[in-house]
Amino acid sequence: MGVLHLLCASPGASSALAQCLGRVRQGDALLLLEAGVYAGLQASVHSALLTEALPAGVACYALLPDLQARGIGQGELLPGIEVIDYSGFVALAVRHNPIVTWG
Amino acid sequence: MQHFLFLLRRPPLTGADLRETLDMAMTFAAFDVAVSLLLLDDAVYCLKPGQNPPNPSLKSAAPLFAALALYDVREVWVEQESLQERGLGGMEWPIPVRLLRRCDVAALLAQADGVVSG
Repeated sequence: MGVLHLLCASPGASSALAQCLGRVRQGDALLLLEAGVYAGLQASVHSALLTEALPAGVACYALLPDLQARGIGQGELLPGIEVIDYSGFVALAVRHNPIVTWG
Repeated sequence: MQHFLFLLRRPPLTGADLRETLDMAMTFAAFDVAVSLLLLDDAVYCLKPGQNPPNPSLKSAAPLFAALALYDVREVWVEQESLQERGLGGMEWPIPVRLLRRCDVAALLAQADGVVSG
């Protein structure tokens, strides 16, 4: 299975997401965690990054505890983002290799 | 033999991270891991010749990269688009590098056994 890309910085604070999306391909997965979950907010201007630049065939996930910590409900996320918990994170890490952290 | 790719994205002189990442790469190589480096985005500035930081505690990045070959870290990849975006297309290289296009980076990441983000 493909690469697992981890995004832990908000697109409002860092260009990490834009830099990551240019180097992702079909079969890879993208996990939004920590401040990276802000990238999934449908109402944010930064959601354009995911809607426009995420290649086809790349699964996008968001980590539930980090959403809850920031008061983000699942209904506020872009459609197509799957919410997972820590054991889901472990399952992703087992399934994908290598894991690339983009900050 | 396992292959690890060390990913650099930040410019030089931003702290201790660059030295620590390169030290880690050389340590992996010393323990029989095939190591390569990939420079993306601002990290391409690490190889800009003529760096001369005035503060002695912030050393120039160039000697660190020159040491890599001594430790068998021979593959230093540089993304062409990162160079072009920074107007560094015609730069003189302090060490041998391999150029690759952005569309080929995903495949390079995928074939590593592990990627260390530095």
